Amino acid sequence: MSTAFYVAAVVAVLATIRAITHVNAVRALLYLIVSFFGVAVMFYLLGAPFAAALEVITYAGAIMVLFVFVMMMLNLGPTALRQERGWLAPSMWVGPGILCGVLLGELIYAARGAQTVPFTTIEPAEVAMALFGPYVLGVELASVLLLAGLVGAYHLGYRKRVAEVREKSGAIQEVA
Amino acid sequence: MSMIPAQHGIWIAAILFLIGLLGVMVRRDILFVLMSIEVMLNAAGLAFIAAAAQWKSADGQVMYIFILAMAATEVAVGLALVLLLYQRFKSLDTSVASGMRG
Repeated sequence: MSTAFYVAAVVAVLATIRAITHVNAVRALLYLIVSFFGVAVMFYLLGAPFAAALEVITYAGAIMVLFVFVMMMLNLGPTALRQERGWLAPSMWVGPGILCGVLLGELIYAARGAQTVPFTTIEPAEVAMALFGPYVLGVELASVLLLAGLVGAYHLGYRKRVAEVREKSGAIQEVA
Repeated sequence: MSMIPAQHGIWIAAILFLIGLLGVMVRRDILFVLMSIEVMLNAAGLAFIAAAAQWKSADGQVMYIFILAMAATEVAVGLALVLLLYQRFKSLDTSVASGMRG
């Protein structure tokens, strides 16, 4: 079981590196989905099957699909690819790379000392008991947050009935 | 009985988090910035699950569910903003929205 964990970890890390270095947005997104699958395997091997299922269904299956929809709507062409290649000069990676390397060293040094524990699965029933028990307030707040996000996204995506032409003439009218 | 050190899980979460941070700092395209933020959130979730594996509690998965809800909300609002940015400036560069500069 341990080798499966480390293989999934390597897959996730490599896919994530490829996702942030790619020029094409859709291919980077596909690499990101692969990375999420690797992390879901890691969740399962760490004894959290419910979180693994949630990651695949919600994170990779809903949120990333939303990304794909938006990218298809934007319909970026070859000009965007050339622009991206211009921005991704190797000299741009040096500064942030050094900073992130220092932070990584610090984090790895600070997170030492965790124990090695035997493999034990935490069933979804336990998670449900925790969600309906001590964390019920958090669940309600999460639903309020989702409502706020829904209202915000609806309001931001609402197309004004009066066209942008009116804006150019200086008369900005909004049909609420 | 297989033993996966929770420490390794936290280390892998740290590596993924910093890869996401690198992506946020380097990329100029706003879609890539949003994707890198998702990588960082996912890495934080992995750290929670790894810690919960060590202490054998359900709290890690509960926190992961909350992180998931927050990430979904943020992606919805963020992508609506991306569409507005593209509509307005016809470009996804984050430095075109510089109307408040100076």
